[in-house]
Amino acid sequence: MSTRIATRFAAVKAENRPALVTYVMAGDPDLATSQAILAALPQAGSDMIELGIPFSDPMADGVAIQLGGQRALAAGQTLRGVLAMVEDFRRKDEITPIVLMGYYNPIYSMGVDKFLAAAVAAGVDGLIVVDLPPEEDDELCLPALAAGINFIRLTTPTTDDKRLPTVLKNTSGFVYYVSMTGVTGAAIKSRGAVSDAVERIKGHTDLPVAVGFGIKTAADAADIGRHADGIVVGTVLVEAVANSLVDGKATDKTVGAVRDLVADLFAGVKRARG
Amino acid sequence: MDGINSLRNGPDEFGNFGQFGGRFVAETLMPLILDLEAHYRAAKIDPEFKAELSDLSINYAGRPSPLYFAKRVTEHLGGAKVWFKREELNHTGSHKINNCLGQILLAKRMGKTRVIAETGAGQHGVATATVCAKFDLPCVIFMGATDVERQMPNVLRMRMLGAEVRPVTAGAGTLKDAMNEALRDWVTNVDTTYYLIGTAAGPHPYPEMVRDFQSVIGTEIKDQFQKAEGKLPDAVVACVGGGSNAIGSFHAFLDDSSVALFGAEAGGHGIDVENGHAASMTGGRPGVLHGNRTYLLQDKDGQILEGHSISAGLDYPGVGPEHSFLHDTKRVTYAPITDDEALEAFQLCTKLEGIIPALESAHGLALLMKVAKTMGKDQSIVLCLSGRGDKDVESVGKYLGLLK
Ligand SMILES: Cc1ncc(COP(=O)(O)O)c(C=O)c1O
Repeated sequence: MSTRIATRFAAVKAENRPALVTYVMAGDPDLATSQAILAALPQAGSDMIELGIPFSDPMADGVAIQLGGQRALAAGQTLRGVLAMVEDFRRKDEITPIVLMGYYNPIYSMGVDKFLAAAVAAGVDGLIVVDLPPEEDDELCLPALAAGINFIRLTTPTTDDKRLPTVLKNTSGFVYYVSMTGVTGAAIKSRGAVSDAVERIKGHTDLPVAVGFGIKTAADAADIGRHADGIVVGTVLVEAVANSLVDGKATDKTVGAVRDLVADLFAGVKRARG
Repeated sequence: MDGINSLRNGPDEFGNFGQFGGRFVAETLMPLILDLEAHYRAAKIDPEFKAELSDLSINYAGRPSPLYFAKRVTEHLGGAKVWFKREELNHTGSHKINNCLGQILLAKRMGKTRVIAETGAGQHGVATATVCAKFDLPCVIFMGATDVERQMPNVLRMRMLGAEVRPVTAGAGTLKDAMNEALRDWVTNVDTTYYLIGTAAGPHPYPEMVRDFQSVIGTEIKDQFQKAEGKLPDAVVACVGGGSNAIGSFHAFLDDSSVALFGAEAGGHGIDVENGHAASMTGGRPGVLHGNRTYLLQDKDGQILEGHSISAGLDYPGVGPEHSFLHDTKRVTYAPITDDEALEAFQLCTKLEGIIPALESAHGLALLMKVAKTMGKDQSIVLCLSGRGDKDVESVGKYLGLLK
């Protein structure tokens, strides 16, 4: 049985374009608006969704996503709430893959087995847990694989050829290449280095390689997407949410702001190889 | 030598002390952490490294620090004989310099050209800025905005030493937030930058390495007490923030079952006050933060709480993993000390001994005061007086109403 993630990557490959992976923070700026944003993403062209689990101490995130997480927590978001969002989304969308992205402690706090059972039931396809390197695979990666959930690993500019096999070993779904050493939202230092890195990783694995961190515009998406199998956009979407708020509250522009930006980025991925 | 049942063998090769410790960091940092470990292993057995560190410890930091019999505190309490291990007499005014000297030599060996650190009370920031001045490395110190305010004298010292102090406004603006920001900087500048962590916490190998550099405290206590009294002390007490002065004091005694060990956690407004204390072992549960699994203050959803302590150096929702292990195995007794108890001990020490202790160390003294009273007059209890209180004079003055 093919997974939703594999099916989607195969489909975009057939269209000769990269996948557009969009990141939003679950519960930002409030639970209902966030649910509406989630539902709007596939319609606007998102091939795959990364749904952020808010955490009090997001050590690998820049200011925009830190603030998005704070808004979500202030709105009462919890890990259970994130799973409920996925469950709700799945009632209407059986095909768009959802990858949860966050930090380990909320999952550890719920209990790994309990979390995985709930994630499978809700229709989660994959996990990206920033603070679980391969050295800690016993914690969540291996149990997740056993439960049928993909564990997507980050590889970075500091992951050299010697280490790459270690990082790829239990990776499934796709490989997420972090375009630079830095936090989310920073600027890509060298585009040439990114495409070289993608080629290098492809020499080690048959999995699709998506590139994230620092992709902000349709032009970026087209450019990076020429070589990558997917591009991940997050910070600018979370910023679009932030910019649409009045007194910290959602407005009638909030969902549209995200939708328009995703549509624009989708135009970028469509012309990446055209 | 340490046998197989020794408590001094940890951590294992993965950095675990029982279930605690580990390497919970982003992939970007992982190669660097492995490299750091390799360099540390090599340095540890290199006679040249040992000789250089020893020379600096003696001639730059002023080691060994004295073991002082606190006669008037002893008489006041009417129980065990009270001794102070005078870490506050070290250069820069606390135990933090012990660790900074070791790590700066390592940073040099690794060819790093820039140093970053987090600081709470500012003592670690000052010690880092000091060694960076001496070794001519640029340094950036991350410090919570709340702490910048309550530890201003140390902020000025750091700046005069040439460090850039970056106030962190996220969260409650305390140590946890400073550490998040330092980690973000590190991920960004991983090629050039050495992260000089100030306590026995964080991803492996930091808890082990910082402990090793601080273990000189307990080793000296053992030696000095033997010379003074011809035996082992009956108890050793230290305050616990991240736990570096405490593990440094305890480590030499872990296998000496006749020596009772006590750690004072920050009880803030009281352990029953939600988010009103920073006693992670007494009031928290195991979780994962800042690279290690350890006891943490957190809500039921696994979000980390800010906690509170009058003492900036103890105002941290976690603790080093080896302490979590020693807590679970019950080798060390950890107890919370409230802000008020610490303030009282601060004044007592100042008035009876003419020593102004850091508010952090005053927590240790407050716990000692409780324990010493239950002990016999022929027994001895040693406090790690981890730092001097110059930095706290203004804050304490405010609390006591001595300033407007
Ligand atoms: C004097 C003093 N003692 C203790 C501490 C707490 O740190 P640790 O628990 O690592 O010794 C600090 C930290 O700032 C300090 O300045």
